[in-house]
Amino acid sequence: MEIVEADVAIVGAGGAGLRAAIALAQTDPTLKIALISKVYPMRSHTCAAEGGAAGVIKKDDSLALHFDDTVGGGDWLSDQDCVEYFVNEAPKELLQLEHWGCPWNREEDGSVAVRPFGGMKKQRTWFAADKSGFHILHTLFQTTLQFPTITRYDEYFALDLLVDEGRCQGLTAMEMKSGMIKQFNAKSVIICGGGAGRMFPFTTNGAIKTGDGMALAYRAGVPLKDMEFVQYHPTGLPNTGSLLTEACRGEGGVMLNKNGRRYLQDYGMGPETPLGKPQLKTMELGPRDRVSQAYWHEVQKGNTVTTPWGECVLLDMRHLGEKYIDERLPLVRELAIAYLGVDIVKDPVPIRPVVHYMMGGISTNTKAATELPGLFAAGECACVSLNGANRLGSNSLTELLVFGKAAALSAIAHAKSVGPANKAALKAQADASQARIRELFLRTDGKESMSGLRKEMMDTMEKNCGLYRTEAGLQEAVNKIVELRQRYNKVVLHDKSNVFNTDLFQVLELGSMLDCASALTVGALARKESRGAHQRLDYVERDDKNYLRHSMAYYQGQDTARIDYLDVVITKSPPGVRDYSGDHK
Amino acid sequence: MTQLKQRLVQLEVLRYDPEKDTEPHFQKYEVMCPEEWVVLDALNAVKETIDPTLAYRWSCHMAVCGSCGMMVNGEPKLSCHAFLRDYVGMVIRVEPLANFPIERDLVTVADDFIDKLKRVKPYLIPKDPKPIEQGEYKQTPAQLMKYRQFSMCINCMLCYAACPEYALQPKFIGPAAITLAHRYNQDSRDGGRDERQEVIATNEGVWECSFVGACSEVCPKAVDPAGALQQVKVASTIDWFKEHLLPGGSK
Repeated sequence: MEIVEADVAIVGAGGAGLRAAIALAQTDPTLKIALISKVYPMRSHTCAAEGGAAGVIKKDDSLALHFDDTVGGGDWLSDQDCVEYFVNEAPKELLQLEHWGCPWNREEDGSVAVRPFGGMKKQRTWFAADKSGFHILHTLFQTTLQFPTITRYDEYFALDLLVDEGRCQGLTAMEMKSGMIKQFNAKSVIICGGGAGRMFPFTTNGAIKTGDGMALAYRAGVPLKDMEFVQYHPTGLPNTGSLLTEACRGEGGVMLNKNGRRYLQDYGMGPETPLGKPQLKTMELGPRDRVSQAYWHEVQKGNTVTTPWGECVLLDMRHLGEKYIDERLPLVRELAIAYLGVDIVKDPVPIRPVVHYMMGGISTNTKAATELPGLFAAGECACVSLNGANRLGSNSLTELLVFGKAAALSAIAHAKSVGPANKAALKAQADASQARIRELFLRTDGKESMSGLRKEMMDTMEKNCGLYRTEAGLQEAVNKIVELRQRYNKVVLHDKSNVFNTDLFQVLELGSMLDCASALTVGALARKESRGAHQRLDYVERDDKNYLRHSMAYYQGQDTARIDYLDVVITKSPPGVRDYSGDHK
Repeated sequence: MTQLKQRLVQLEVLRYDPEKDTEPHFQKYEVMCPEEWVVLDALNAVKETIDPTLAYRWSCHMAVCGSCGMMVNGEPKLSCHAFLRDYVGMVIRVEPLANFPIERDLVTVADDFIDKLKRVKPYLIPKDPKPIEQGEYKQTPAQLMKYRQFSMCINCMLCYAACPEYALQPKFIGPAAITLAHRYNQDSRDGGRDERQEVIATNEGVWECSFVGACSEVCPKAVDPAGALQQVKVASTIDWFKEHLLPGGSK
């Protein structure tokens, strides 16, 4: 097996991975950096983020206000030391992107423009039309091209971490075009593998978002934190699940039920604000959990519009006018026309909540370090506990910059502190990793099909782990995932080629998703309260006495995950009431 | 709930596995698809229900990640943005992007394009560097609009598949990469034009382009690479005149 020696290996080349790579290269030009990704960097799902990135920049704003919005938005499950670090670093990182050429929208005087976003009391979302994630990703990718010490391994599928002497020392990955497995020895490893929204059938997430990075760490014994918190974005196209950015509402779009009523006022987010004059942190600019949950109640009341793709509410942007829409929301207009045949300039567009983001992930601290020495993580795959029980829109693009950089600095410090590796031990692990893949290749007694198992998983997740959950439903989901993980051992490959074997990669991805689903379902069953995005019909109140804690899921092989708890870090904001009723009392 | 109208879609898909095929061949599939689907959805249905061995790239399903470029009935398209409603009554022939080597089935080898992107130095080379503590570089909306269109490229490589010059002369740096260089050249914050000109104003650069405009026709993001290349040519010509005809050259 070919061995690649690196100082730091990064798994995943989306926003967080690229930001980490640049920080590594700039901080120490002698470092050998291996940037490994199952797709070319610009295919990473960061490209699909639309609305923008939050960071305090305007004079009427303050770090304290960004802190308060984030902590309250997260229903007090955020670690406040983390939030404080984040809001402080955010403007620097967004300015850094500006210096690297990101085409942020501008004010007339040439300073960067900001827009309103849900749950934010001030305008602080930097944006590049409604293609912010796309521009951030490409700016970062293009910036990496000037650093010769970053060696990219595009289209390499990460298989297993190498852990010896109690620390992470590398990984194995398969070159997708040849099927060759390589061993990457690295003093530090940073996982930036993205989310796992593909566990669900209806999601904004691209096909690649299968939780591989989370599963890598989880199987190596690192806990997944707060996995039960799954964000539904309130406004997805009902057929494809394509995201219509929150900026639709930030710019003044309104949500209507079938009677034309702006129903959010009936769910603690009113009173109604004047049309075309969005008011921060209320009505359509409420937080995503509340806005999505209001949809569920409207369905129960029979107030939704029935479409071929299910029950919908309406997003009305007609009053913004064609010129403004084309300037601020061109992609949204294009998507709605192309995939649904609705021109938002002329008609309200039917939408429904759609799985969008995992608040949970690999448990990390504010330095982006995991419990396993030598292993770091950043971006959606990590749970640094910025987002708590509900992420505010536009915090995650900034998060991947702030913690991508933090992970790089921590990885350097670790790399400089460690002694030589036991190469024989690492090689033995790499051989075992290769043997695992070979067993899958040679398996002939399998009876299960990948697509069949995947469909059963998705159906279970949608039915039982959605906006509102119950004991019975979650127990059913836990049991089903246990069963599917057993049956997964009998899955058989149809494709035996070594060249770009997508059948194989889909089987591996399904394995990742089932591991993530195990942590999610067990964590959700154990959390007997309603907080943020985790709503239980049988435990409707937030329970700070018992659950102002992070759930920590530990991998137990074929058995269900073991759940432990970790106290939330509270520094200055004691748990309070989330108030989205605007200035009206 | 009303049901979506479905129809039987016939596909002819290019297959090639270098481990067992001496040359590519076409395979026929038939799948039931709702009318609103795109070609990618049909391929996914084939892969899920008929043939798990079919290989292709895709991810976002919203025409922004640039993964799923393919030839659809001879035209370079993002398969997530090629609508079945536009192919009623015909067999849909799906092939890997033209002008690139085939890795397997619909997957092409992208190395050449990736190398070319890097060669044009597609990153900001600041005109007046300053630390971030001094805040942002000012850029007015008018200055932003000068390059914004050219920053929209998703690197899907459709323009290379459409380009007759790239087909004949693979050394041609090509539409997307030159456009990206132009994007930075036009950015008011940038001072790196001279460095990029060394790559794009050569024979392998813009002068290879015969301005057929096929790149702009197939671009799914309306980036207009042909327009960018034309602007580069004009600017390079002006450079030449300044250098050769003005006393003391251009600097």
